Amino acid sequence: MELQHLVIKIPVAGALAVDPAKTVDLFHQWVARQTVPGVLLIDVAELLHVPDGPGVIAVGYEADFALDHTGGIWGALYRRKTPLAGTNQERIAQAVASAAQTALRLQEAFPGALNFSRTEFELIVNDRGLAPNSAGTYATALPEIETSLRAVLGHANFKLTRHDRDLRQRFGVTVESAQPFDLAALAGAGSREVVTH
Amino acid sequence: MISRLFENYAGRVSLQFAGVSGAQTRLDSGTKGRNHYRSDFENSAVIINATRIIILMGVKSVAADRHRPRTLTRPHRHFMKASHAIWKERFKGKLPEPIGSEIDQFETEIDLRKQGKIDEKVFAETRLRRGAYGQRYDNGQRSDGTASRRLAFADKPTKGPNTMWDAPGMLRIKIPFGGLNPAQLETMAELAEEYSDGIAHVTTRQDFQLHFIHIENGPALMRRLAAVGITTREACGNAVRNVTACPYAGVCQDETFDVSPYANALAWFLMGHPDTMDFGRKFKPAFSGCAQHPCGLTQMHDIGYTAAVREIDGKIERGFKVVVGGGLGPVPRQARLLTEFASVEELLPLTQAVCRVFGKYGEKKNRNAARIKFLVDKWGIEKFREEVFAARKELRDDPRWRDRVKNVENSAEGPLKPPGQIPAVNGNDIFQHWLKANVRDQRQPGYVMCAVTLPLGDITADQLRALADFVGRYTRGTIRTTVEQNFLIRWVSKSDVLALFNDLEAVQLGQPGAGSIVDVTACPGTDTCKLGISSSRGLGGELRQRLVAKSHELDEAVTALHIKISGCFNSCGVHHVADLGFYGVSRTVNGYKVPHFQVVLGGQWENNAGSYGLPIIAIPSKRAPDAVDRITDYYVKHRQKAEKFYAFVKRVGKGSIRDLLEPLNQNLPSHSAEPGLYSDWGDPRQYSIGDIGVGECAGEVVSRFQFELTAAERLVFEAGLHLDEGEVQRAGETAYAAFLKAARALVQVQYDDVSSEPDEIISEFKKRFFDTQLFFDPFVGAKFANDLFAAHAARGEQFTPDTAHHRIAEAQLFIEAVYNCHNKLTSSPSPITVRA
Repeated sequence: MELQHLVIKIPVAGALAVDPAKTVDLFHQWVARQTVPGVLLIDVAELLHVPDGPGVIAVGYEADFALDHTGGIWGALYRRKTPLAGTNQERIAQAVASAAQTALRLQEAFPGALNFSRTEFELIVNDRGLAPNSAGTYATALPEIETSLRAVLGHANFKLTRHDRDLRQRFGVTVESAQPFDLAALAGAGSREVVTH
Repeated sequence: MISRLFENYAGRVSLQFAGVSGAQTRLDSGTKGRNHYRSDFENSAVIINATRIIILMGVKSVAADRHRPRTLTRPHRHFMKASHAIWKERFKGKLPEPIGSEIDQFETEIDLRKQGKIDEKVFAETRLRRGAYGQRYDNGQRSDGTASRRLAFADKPTKGPNTMWDAPGMLRIKIPFGGLNPAQLETMAELAEEYSDGIAHVTTRQDFQLHFIHIENGPALMRRLAAVGITTREACGNAVRNVTACPYAGVCQDETFDVSPYANALAWFLMGHPDTMDFGRKFKPAFSGCAQHPCGLTQMHDIGYTAAVREIDGKIERGFKVVVGGGLGPVPRQARLLTEFASVEELLPLTQAVCRVFGKYGEKKNRNAARIKFLVDKWGIEKFREEVFAARKELRDDPRWRDRVKNVENSAEGPLKPPGQIPAVNGNDIFQHWLKANVRDQRQPGYVMCAVTLPLGDITADQLRALADFVGRYTRGTIRTTVEQNFLIRWVSKSDVLALFNDLEAVQLGQPGAGSIVDVTACPGTDTCKLGISSSRGLGGELRQRLVAKSHELDEAVTALHIKISGCFNSCGVHHVADLGFYGVSRTVNGYKVPHFQVVLGGQWENNAGSYGLPIIAIPSKRAPDAVDRITDYYVKHRQKAEKFYAFVKRVGKGSIRDLLEPLNQNLPSHSAEPGLYSDWGDPRQYSIGDIGVGECAGEVVSRFQFELTAAERLVFEAGLHLDEGEVQRAGETAYAAFLKAARALVQVQYDDVSSEPDEIISEFKKRFFDTQLFFDPFVGAKFANDLFAAHAARGEQFTPDTAHHRIAEAQLFIEAVYNCHNKLTSSPSPITVRA
């Protein structure tokens, strides 16, 4: 099973202490300065009027970055749009690293007002064709996800909980680490040249 | 199963690439066209006619017909989703024809375009006819607040003139008469999540739009939509657009009969029909079940059908009152009567005849005068009617005319649950508020229809799935999109209303205020539209937020008002028919560009968009909420008894309301004192229209320009007042004077000594700004200048209320164009990068 188009969301720790509308300006700066290596940023989508919606998105050609509010939970979100070469484990590591980098950039922009979880994140395969939300997908993907996360987190002391079993949903898991992770370490773990097909 | 979801439609347009060694690639519908238009390109020539596009190119041709061996080499595909082939294989041979093969052909065309084997202009129309539309940055430019810069797209090839291949775009999805079912909602949710930004957007014409779609993912999306009976075919382009209809049709208390099945029949009959292939511009049909309510908005459509019946020999016969030539856009037109009654059996052939006449005689070269309203203007409705009925007589009989409307009245929707009563609920104010604003009795006792209010027409994937659940739980899957960018759930038993409300509220879809002042409608504007001038969605969101916060204290008369906002004069936000309309313009203040909105008053939402408003004043975007407060407060204070807003404006006069708003334009703070005024809603960048404007030229700033142009604006405003007062001739002549004043203001920038003599003004304007193309708009070219010349040529004419109204609207647009040209003249040329 090919795991592509991964979405990683690292939730905000505690309450959101920054006006999310401020990320609009921040993301415009990201676009203007093209600050994300390997990604061509093209626009900013401000969707704060939608309850429990996508929040504010820095829209990229290869990937999106967001302060996301889907499900009523604020978080730093990375969404890979174009396919990546490599193995599933490499792609998972790359996605986790990119999400961690996003979270770090947001934290740096709003020091003290925005902090992200050190113990939890979501991993979603944003492609029902490749990975329908079925028991079969879970059984097949789980070992690879576990292996990859062991390498990314540097330990095996974490729990994976499958998301909603509704077949209409995307396949996804919540990762809960018993040991706090270091965002900077995660950000560095998968940082390498992004190669497209 | 799937094949039943689509009705077959006529006149399939297939694209065949006849690969005879060398030079000819042919796109053929299989039927012969009539008119030929030829344009030459470098190394290629294109001949386009009604149903045939022939491309002669200096490149090696390929065999792309799916019945021929494929010799095409697939290009590098680095942004197609990895599951593309999976979806293709999954639906292979399972999609209804010709939809399935057309999607295959579109995929081939994408490949060919990437290889440079389809001309970019032809490909642009091809993709548009499949619903794939450009977004704001698709010209590869983007303003960062200080300058317009080039985005580092790979730069080859393009999807059309000035449209970068790599720029993700919008996909418009047709929903005939707004009718949907749960499976379709679920598919929309999937596609919004997997290919877009997680949002599905409901438009003012009952379509869906998804944004940021890579064109190479288009075929996969289209296959998944086709699998649930939805098509993007002809959602954009010079084609028959979505057929809209009153969302209450079939359950409305006042309707003559249910128009839904007829709207559906017409939508599928016209899709791909040979008589619709020759249009110079788009063609929008709409149905209404009654004349008095605004739900169908038939008066503002290219063709509008209002249900009617007549009695012959004691037998009731169904039919339609048919009007043509309506439309909004820069200069709106009320539709004119084609026939008082066309029987349901005549619905399809009569429309086919209208299409044939429009295709045959409509303007093709000048797209700014190519809508059917211009043909009706040019001929007059009598001649247009004669031509249509003559064409009708010549049509070859088509059994589908009758088959498609036969017994359709039996296809009416029905309930899932038995009828009931609304449960008594005490102490739940939100529910009571929702009940009052969003719930309406059906004609069928014991049932209601419930509006689901969407902020600015946006809904998340999770909400779409939840909605699919609710619609399946409480009804037989009966839900529609509305032109107010909401959903309407129909056939809800009154017993279930509270349960439905609780369910909706749990997913944040239980907001009250449907169809009220808080339910602001806005087109995409500068968010994603490349024509946008001001942020219509930004203003819409701000107004909505403020009005919701004080909704409980709003006077009932104010609650009933409609606010509609367009990002430019093109009216996608239907500002002309709102009580309070706004459209985006730009102005220069203290040397900076400042986003503004024209305030439009005098529009009428009732009576199927019975009258159109006119702009009264342009105010800074950030002060538009203050304008709403001032106008609504004034209305509450000075209205007489139950006086409607439309009548109130007419009584007090636009002049008094303009006086009320004038202070919002005075004493504007400097950029350093209030920089927020110099940016737009929802976008903190320094405001600029540099990402849509192209070209620049040197010039001098002339201080009296502003003075002169303000005088021109005042004249056009006075013209509107004269019209309101019934002084039609004076209104038209004053509008002409406004034209001249504005033209002179611009001429004076280069030539101080120009006289006030009309001929000299026109001559100097033509020499300095028309012949040099300095005045040309990047999108509509010479239109505004031509309006000036036409007004000058017609000086001394006798005006009717309609022609005076048009002259006023044109004069206002001309003034906007003068502002824009002056902006170009006085802009610093250095930062703008122009892509060829």
